Amino acid sequence: MHPARKQRLILVILLVVLSSAAVGFVTYAMRSNMDYFYAPSAFAAGEVPFAKRIRAGGCVVPGSVVRDSDSLDVRFAITDGEAELEVVFDKILPDLFAEGEAAIVTGKLQQGGFVRADQVLAKHDESYTPPEVMESMKGKASCHGDAKI
Amino acid sequence: MAWQWFHRLGSPRWFYQKSSAWLPWLGVASLLLLLIGCVWGLGFAPQDGKQGNSYRIIYIHVPAAFLALAGYYIMAICGAIGLIWKMKLSFVVMRAAAPIGAALTFISLFTGALWGKPTWGTYWVWDARITSMLILFFLYLGVMALSGAFSREQSGDKASALLALVGTVNIPIIYKSVDWWFTLHQPATLKLTQASTIDPSMFYPLITMIAGFYLFYAWVLTLHTRTMILQREWRTQWVRELLGQTAPGRP
Repeated sequence: MHPARKQRLILVILLVVLSSAAVGFVTYAMRSNMDYFYAPSAFAAGEVPFAKRIRAGGCVVPGSVVRDSDSLDVRFAITDGEAELEVVFDKILPDLFAEGEAAIVTGKLQQGGFVRADQVLAKHDESYTPPEVMESMKGKASCHGDAKI
Repeated sequence: MAWQWFHRLGSPRWFYQKSSAWLPWLGVASLLLLLIGCVWGLGFAPQDGKQGNSYRIIYIHVPAAFLALAGYYIMAICGAIGLIWKMKLSFVVMRAAAPIGAALTFISLFTGALWGKPTWGTYWVWDARITSMLILFFLYLGVMALSGAFSREQSGDKASALLALVGTVNIPIIYKSVDWWFTLHQPATLKLTQASTIDPSMFYPLITMIAGFYLFYAWVLTLHTRTMILQREWRTQWVRELLGQTAPGRP
């Protein structure tokens, strides 16, 4: 290879490597801000600030969804397999919200360790299954409280 | 010298003449695959047990996102070859790839938003996957703007190639964002190393659409490159002859 071309090749490689390293360091430094939500175990460990708008995500614990009889209030618990977090919500839940499915809630952590949410989003998992196949796997929740939902 | 074939490859005229033979094949094959994939995926593949019919956006969303990422590498590698070997054709392909990639990125963002509303309950969130994909869209727009911002064509070539190369750092971030951080977007369904978590009856139309998108990309990129070659080389003898003009002396 011609020496001039070799030099330009090295410069191009350096450009890519150095800019990647720079972005890599910045991303690493901001890693705690890159997460879209806190896991329930972060609440248990006291890492989540009170009375600030935060997001929490986890698997909706089967059997934990309780609807209030005379208001829209609904209470449920989300888990990441290590800790559970109580959530109170007073608006309409998304269609795909269900027990055993993942959900992400936005709200404020209250005294007493529960979150009063003003938004609940359903988090879809990465599996796609026709209804008949799902019928045969009935009773299997799609998230099992894994830390990474 | 061993590198001579490589330099011949870089001649716009050589590319223009060779590629006219590829065009009909690429066009017919890509449209055929896209037609089969659309009819199969939208009409015959089963519904999803949880999402119903709205999951069918996957047949547009996933192939468009694949090509938006792969197209960025094509654009950046062409920029690098242009910088290192000073190859004219390489810069032309890089410029031609930018608007196609931008369109594909927009399609994947737009279809994702349409799907997000019924599935998640919102059109848009600022999680790592969606935000890094938006940055990809801006990078494509930046390469387009920068390549046209100079009166000297060579300056635009160089500047936009550098931007394209710096932007490559975003591609692994987009790809791995769903594994590295908590995001609302789900992890990848199609996996390289493990079994994909999609039923075969839904997977085969999807893979047909992905193959169709790849061929469609190659077709559109070739077409766009040819147009840009004519625009760039309009003063040359061979373009004038091609357009049926007798050269009225050297410009």
